[in-house]
Amino acid sequence: MLKEASIRQPLILGHKTYHDITKDICGPIEGPAPREWKIAITIAAIIAVYGLSCIAYLVATGIGAWGLNKTVGWAWDITNFVWWVGIGHAGTLISAVLLLFRQRWRMAINRSAEAMTIFAVIMAAIFPVFHMGRVWMAYWTLPLPNQFGSLWPNFNSALMWDVFAISTYFSVSLVFWYIGLIPDFATIRDRMVKPGMKRFYSILSFGWSGRAKNWTRFEEVSLVLAGIATPLVFSVHSIVSMDFATSVVPGWHTTIFPPYFVSGAIFSGFAMVLTLLLIMRKTMKLESYIHVKHVEYMNIVIIVTGSIVGVAYLTELFISWYSGVEYEAYAFINRFSGPYSWSYWMMMTCNVISPQLFWFKKIRTNLAATFVLSIVVNIGMWFERFVIIVTSIHRDYVPGAWGEFHPSGIDVGMFIGTIGIFFTLFLLFARYFPVLALNELKTILKMSGESYKKEAEKH
Amino acid sequence: MANKVFHVMYDDDQKLMDGARALVAKGIRVKDVFSPFPVHGLDPVIGVKRTRLAIASFMYASTGTALAILGTWYFMIHDWPMNIGGKPSFSWIENAPAFVPIIFEFSVFCGAHGMVLTYLLRNGTLPGMPASNPDPRTTDDKFVMEITTEQNGGMSESDIEALINTTDVYELSIKNY
Repeated sequence: MLKEASIRQPLILGHKTYHDITKDICGPIEGPAPREWKIAITIAAIIAVYGLSCIAYLVATGIGAWGLNKTVGWAWDITNFVWWVGIGHAGTLISAVLLLFRQRWRMAINRSAEAMTIFAVIMAAIFPVFHMGRVWMAYWTLPLPNQFGSLWPNFNSALMWDVFAISTYFSVSLVFWYIGLIPDFATIRDRMVKPGMKRFYSILSFGWSGRAKNWTRFEEVSLVLAGIATPLVFSVHSIVSMDFATSVVPGWHTTIFPPYFVSGAIFSGFAMVLTLLLIMRKTMKLESYIHVKHVEYMNIVIIVTGSIVGVAYLTELFISWYSGVEYEAYAFINRFSGPYSWSYWMMMTCNVISPQLFWFKKIRTNLAATFVLSIVVNIGMWFERFVIIVTSIHRDYVPGAWGEFHPSGIDVGMFIGTIGIFFTLFLLFARYFPVLALNELKTILKMSGESYKKEAEKH
Repeated sequence: MANKVFHVMYDDDQKLMDGARALVAKGIRVKDVFSPFPVHGLDPVIGVKRTRLAIASFMYASTGTALAILGTWYFMIHDWPMNIGGKPSFSWIENAPAFVPIIFEFSVFCGAHGMVLTYLLRNGTLPGMPASNPDPRTTDDKFVMEITTEQNGGMSESDIEALINTTDVYELSIKNY
């Protein structure tokens, strides 16, 4: 049995046995739904239905229902798209990159972070897909033989790269998540008494039996998937940033976009993971598995990525002046002093200043403060995308073509609606799926369990 | 003589490991082990070979790379070259940098999904498949070692049972099959 250094803090608190882990995580699935859950999902579902009706109105009316105009052709929709995709990045980072680095603390959070990834990417996909206008022709983005020539999509375009990147990212994350879920569904299947539910989990578990060979393959598949998902995470948001960086719009045409976007994505993703997990650990009584140490680790990631984002903001500013290109320089002067300067300063405060508070150990180990700051970061990251997109295009080369963007009710409704759909899906996940990776937690119990570590120290 | 199958249950992964080592040292062949999580170090003891799924994944990914190269050449160069800002549309190699993202993404797509499908098929885990673990507790906190008389031809049933009982067994069930 591998031993862990005794100065490392235990990851599983209290005295737990393998059976306790099963019980703690499967218990909530087997019992009746708690009242708070019913209230929460009702609220989320109402918001989701409202969002869906906004989408229906948009499709029936046309993209003019959004506040877009000739000058500002991308605004809330693409802001929301980039924001959601960015949130999605934390899940794969936790499950893939931290797996390669053998970070055992990820095991308590990877399952729900991956669920968050999948739901966030679905929310993200809504925006560009509906921005196509005639959404029933969305399949035209795929290179399918057709009667126009055949006329193919343009593989040189960053938007086309995005189609491939997002769909690969979504499907690979989904598969990665499900591969890990199969053995845990088998655990629930074998515990279920009600025949209907037993049948349901039996189908979900694909007949997993936990043979030695199955587990060997399982570990190999997880490792290889982590290995190929790692460059995938970085590529996806790099490609999203190229949607902007390959254009010639001042403020977008920047080579630092890929690393800047990737760290921003991880930054906002971790903030969202914290927002969700801090609620989940409390309501589902998972305090022994997700405790202050986990939160502290995530906050450290937030300081690092938040600082990278801060440096990127300042670099952009400096380079816009140093380049000597007056359009580029104006784009940035306009950002912090133009009509949208409030959003720029909002972004600066939320993304650059507030995460620096995590340098204080008192703050980064304080759950309430973390919760507040995680929401602040999410707001800040939404404004970052808004600033990049809207302030850059609302004033470009010809002052005669300048304009402003004002969101319509449908813009707002769709954004709020995706939050509703996201939370509906996440609440369903929290109720019916194992929220922690049971089988992985069991492998670290004897290494990182509190009582086992104390036992080991005595010897 | 009917073939017998022994299901030896342990309540701890360490006990399972010790048990497996002891039995294998006495010349018993372990057919399979059912466990709630991967028990590290068990595979070489009971003779489970390393899986070749990683190699399979590499092959799927290479196929993806080849298909993406072929596709970008056919769509963009051969079948319908487009003049986009005067950029070269007649040569794949001059266009290749712009195709790197899609070639990469498609390789990952094929590598990941090909491997996962192979994994599911090889495991026999597909939607609706029946589970074959001998005891429902093996997905919770118990570990079951499966030993058959068929694979241990040189030993009698009582010999095997006696050897099994020298290890730290939690429960033992013997069935005909």
